[in-house]
Amino acid sequence: MTKNEPVGDSPAADRSPLGAGAPPSTTGRAVLVTGASGMLGGAVARLLLDQGHRVRTFQRRPADVGPAAETVLGSLTDPDAVAQAVHGVQAVIHLAAKVSFTGEWSEFVATNIGGTKTLLAAAKSAGVRDVVFVSSPSVAHFGEAIAGAGAGTADPERAHGNYARSKAAAELLALAEDSPGFRVAAIRPHVVWGPGDTQLVERVVARAQAGRLPLLDNGAALIDTTYIDNAAAAIVRALDRMDQAHGQALVVTNGQPRPVGELIAGICAAAGVKAPAWSVPGWLARGAGSVIERAWTAAGKRGLVKDEPPMTRFLAEQLSTAHWFDQRRTREVLDWRPDVSIEDGLRRLAAHYSGTTS
Amino acid sequence: MVAKPLWPGVDPAWSRRVRVPSTAAVDPAGTAITWHLLDNGPQLAERGIEPVGTLLCVHGNPTWSYLWRTLLAAAGDAAAPWRVVAVDQLDMGFSERTGRFRRLEDRITDLGDLTAELGITGPVVTVGHDWGGVISLGWATRHRKQLSGVVLTNTAVHPAGFGLPAPLKLALHPAVHQWGTTTSAAFLRVTHALAHPPLEKDVKDAFMAPYRHAARRTGVGNFVADIPADEGTPSWGTLIEVAEGIRTLDVPALIMWGPKDPVFSDRYLRDLMDRLPQADVHRFEGAGHLLPEDRDIATPLFTWLSTPVADQATAPGDRPKAAPVVDQASASERVETQVDPAPGDRPKAARPARRSVGTHAQAFRPMLAELDERRTDDSPAVVDMAPLAAPGAGPRTLTWAELAGQVDLLADGLAGIGVKAGDRINLLVPPGIELTSLIYACLKLGAVIVVADAGLGPAGLSRAIKGAGPKFIVGIERAFVAARLFNWPGQRISVTDLGEAKRKLYRIAHTVPELVEAAAANSAPPLDRSLLGAGAPPSTTDVSAPVVDQASASERVETRVETHPETFVETSGPGPDPDDDAAILFTSGSTGPAKGVVYTHRQLAAMRDTLKDTYGLEAGTSLVAGFAPFALLGPALGATSVTPDMDVTAPKTLTAAALADAAAAVHATAVFASPAALTNVLATADGLTDEHRVALSSVKLLLSAGAPIPEPLLAKVQSLVPSATLHTPYGMTEALPVTDISLDGIRAAGSGNGVCVGTPVSGATVAIAPVAADGSVSDQPTTNPGVTGEILVSAPHVKDRYDGLWITQQHSASVPGWHRTGDVGHLDAEGRLWVEGRLAHIITTASGVATPVAAEQAAETHDVVRLAAVVGVGPVGAQVPVAVLETLAPAARPGTAPRALGEEVRAAVVRSTGLDLAAVLVVPELPTDIRHNSKIDRAGLADWATRSLAGGRIRKP
Repeated sequence: MTKNEPVGDSPAADRSPLGAGAPPSTTGRAVLVTGASGMLGGAVARLLLDQGHRVRTFQRRPADVGPAAETVLGSLTDPDAVAQAVHGVQAVIHLAAKVSFTGEWSEFVATNIGGTKTLLAAAKSAGVRDVVFVSSPSVAHFGEAIAGAGAGTADPERAHGNYARSKAAAELLALAEDSPGFRVAAIRPHVVWGPGDTQLVERVVARAQAGRLPLLDNGAALIDTTYIDNAAAAIVRALDRMDQAHGQALVVTNGQPRPVGELIAGICAAAGVKAPAWSVPGWLARGAGSVIERAWTAAGKRGLVKDEPPMTRFLAEQLSTAHWFDQRRTREVLDWRPDVSIEDGLRRLAAHYSGTTS
Repeated sequence: MVAKPLWPGVDPAWSRRVRVPSTAAVDPAGTAITWHLLDNGPQLAERGIEPVGTLLCVHGNPTWSYLWRTLLAAAGDAAAPWRVVAVDQLDMGFSERTGRFRRLEDRITDLGDLTAELGITGPVVTVGHDWGGVISLGWATRHRKQLSGVVLTNTAVHPAGFGLPAPLKLALHPAVHQWGTTTSAAFLRVTHALAHPPLEKDVKDAFMAPYRHAARRTGVGNFVADIPADEGTPSWGTLIEVAEGIRTLDVPALIMWGPKDPVFSDRYLRDLMDRLPQADVHRFEGAGHLLPEDRDIATPLFTWLSTPVADQATAPGDRPKAAPVVDQASASERVETQVDPAPGDRPKAARPARRSVGTHAQAFRPMLAELDERRTDDSPAVVDMAPLAAPGAGPRTLTWAELAGQVDLLADGLAGIGVKAGDRINLLVPPGIELTSLIYACLKLGAVIVVADAGLGPAGLSRAIKGAGPKFIVGIERAFVAARLFNWPGQRISVTDLGEAKRKLYRIAHTVPELVEAAAANSAPPLDRSLLGAGAPPSTTDVSAPVVDQASASERVETRVETHPETFVETSGPGPDPDDDAAILFTSGSTGPAKGVVYTHRQLAAMRDTLKDTYGLEAGTSLVAGFAPFALLGPALGATSVTPDMDVTAPKTLTAAALADAAAAVHATAVFASPAALTNVLATADGLTDEHRVALSSVKLLLSAGAPIPEPLLAKVQSLVPSATLHTPYGMTEALPVTDISLDGIRAAGSGNGVCVGTPVSGATVAIAPVAADGSVSDQPTTNPGVTGEILVSAPHVKDRYDGLWITQQHSASVPGWHRTGDVGHLDAEGRLWVEGRLAHIITTASGVATPVAAEQAAETHDVVRLAAVVGVGPVGAQVPVAVLETLAPAARPGTAPRALGEEVRAAVVRSTGLDLAAVLVVPELPTDIRHNSKIDRAGLADWATRSLAGGRIRKP
């Protein structure tokens, strides 16, 4: 089911990253970005292009990264498609994953663990030098509050929720592949948001609009987030800093933790909707989340619901316990600092919603 | 074999058995007995480490060597490694049950047999707990050649004069003894329950492990039965031998003590300190009998062992010179300016004489010099606007001659009841003539004044007094109510006459009027009873009509010499040594339990000289004493002082009229007051008459002391004292004061990072110890402008040491020659000091160290913010700053700030300090400490903010 969809008339080979027709670049490398149809993957691909790299994207649906990138459409579960995607590239940034609060474990295993395995094997045999595995801090979050902690080691047994568990397993096997000839680094951006974000921003806005978004424990839990441009910059930066970063897992955030209620209020204000004014105790939400999550999964199997559930245990934990990180090691290893502050990010979000610019 | 697995915290490699031939009298000749030890010796040998010496650790009853496991764990990794031999005494722990009743003498012999068998030659430092203390000291007195130090924790060597503690009396009672100690495990359980906090179950199990059955507990019962309670008991002779023998030990001693011990209370600590005067003592407030379980004793013990002897002595003469201040210009010359390293860079072995000529040994003028020189002066010395003995009767005045006479009589009277040089005497008397007279009488005698402030609150005051352990308490009735309630130590002396019933109730041994009367009866001619102060009708003499004329005063002195030479010699001899202890003052307790701070006579005199030179307080100055510590120096300065009519425990009770009345009474040229008092003076300024205003207009100096004062408040005060220059000193109980700034100076400094407190006072030097990103403090002081770090002060009037807080003292003096204030700040290009907060309150962010004060000031610029605190949340080095606000209209409940307020405050703080606040919280009221009612409890607030921002319900701070 490989679908190579070249854009335009010229043969795919001409626009291949290694092809003769590739744009001349002295510093550029041929980089594969998987999952570029997502907000973060798209941003990463565009940034790579801006920096003069040659980019190929690989995902199931077309990505909006402009005509300069080559596209391979396909699934991570298809070894042939993957082999085609990695052919001729020097580096891979792997973002494609099944991201959901619910769903059967087997689906997460197939895409997030199996897909990563397939990709790594293909990349290795294709002679790829560097792999950045985009992960999530949730792989090392076991439900307790995190206040200024380091990245921690991924643990599929203890991580909460199918997504985090499967990403934890994938991160471990990716980092286990790290060697001088095949360097692997894991970057864990935490709660990425920005204009066009369907995961967090649009859900917050839609639920607030519908009056379905409570604050948990008055929303005081301090959480780290990452403005989209910063997350993309850190991931791309990791490629430049593979000498220092390989073999490591680094959490990336804005380094500006904020009370979760304040962030939600900021996002609502940027979108011009009323911020939630009601609060429920965190313990209640976590309990209810567990129940809803199971019911939703069961209902989903019978085709009764298609949307994500209104509350899950994972989401309740995210909204009611602190999780912010010590960024010193990340900033030292990557020699990088975020460009866009939370406040600037919210201003850009407001501009996006008011349609002025973005 | 010892059961495996071993006990928590114990490396199996330490556990060993040794068969030792016994020479104890109780054993038949040829007996050999198996000991169990925890011994890291073999392990050190395996690792090729040659230890510095051996710690010989002796447990008490009913514990075993397990008590010392933390020492074994730390010993091998110490910079200078030690072998630790922790024994299980015979019939105890996992050592052999000998079946014979081993008495104290046998046990001391046993220990000697063991060290001989192990071939331990020295140097040895003994370590003892409970009755193991006596046994370890018994070994020490009999192995002096090997001995290089003794360490004691909660023990006693002498019950005489005190009687046995009640719990032990009970344990010894024939009806209880067998059952309580051997048949049942009650004695063990009770002992294990003495830990603060309670022992973990696995630790409790380990302590119980060797004593599971009655047959295993015979030693526990025998131990209790052998306690030498009185002269009739078999072990009495050996106990006395040890108790007296340790007086001649010439090795360093360390005593670590848990005061919450129902058996070995503070009185036994004082007895030990009397026998081992060289001992370094640390009293762990809040810890109890099982001190090695309650607190980390390993770290201070190994620090003590590795501290060169010269550094441990805290007398000024022993103090090394100040560490050189590093500045860029002289960095290259630093090598030459560096002082020689302190002599004695070896572990503790022998202690040099405490006294030597020190760097501060300049001309010393005793505190009583001025008073002595003016004993024929009929001008007023002290005026009491509301005399203690006769409230409402109007002001009372003593001339210099009268004050000198009263101080003489009081000193004689106190000496007559046994108050000696070096005795601690707690004065719980409000400022006024009585307190002033008592202070100078004590200084004359060389008795050490203990001054604790009622502002500490009853519990805090109680902790302070028990810690200081005074031999005498002089107080007003209210003090004895508390003394009775909290069982304060010390013979009780009432400052006023109390009826028989109350004397009995409060167990009052003497009254000040009695002491004075007895002393006066010994001197001729008899004095006017009105001079005796309390109890007699007050003399309401006015300033122009002194009751004693010059002739009679001088005559009296001479007569006394003739008729009572003994008394005169005793109290009017050469006076105390300048480097003897003179006074113990207490810190505010805003940073943990109040700490006792010891000043010598030399240091008190230096405090007087600093005030005199900084503020020009010459003889002839007259001052209103609204702030106690400085005001009490009046007679030493030669200044006339007046105590205004106010409740000194509540500075807010000073009214404008009372202040002006006091000023008028002495034509005051100087006023000392606290900011709280001045606030109330301003609030009551409407009550001032024209006469009042005239009196205040002759004030030339106003000193606001005790807490920072905001510039606007000081500016308002200026309108009341138009001719005065307004000053506010910065200082702490350990250094009064450090710097000074005038109102004009405050205005000239403008705003900056922190509060500008001006330049060092006369004789003082200030430097900064830079703070690193992880919050650690450099030991290289600098005076370079703009460097933020811990504020260091060096001055002749800095405290001698903390009292009974060896660890705290070591920390405060860890930069040689300087006192670490615990405050952070920086110097500016003009040499002015800016205080940015407490060291404990610095915020260590990922991008560096930040201090809270400037951010707080920025937050307080917001219209609705009354008070702001900025604290760090998160682990050291990765903290984020959080603001906690108290708004003008108090918040209904604690939580995150309303969105607009949060954004505005965050923007204001970023603009002025660059600090990015992670959160802005509001509370109905910020917690402040009770004594100053102004210092925010930032440490408590940081804990609260950390909890609140971790998620979960938000409670009140």
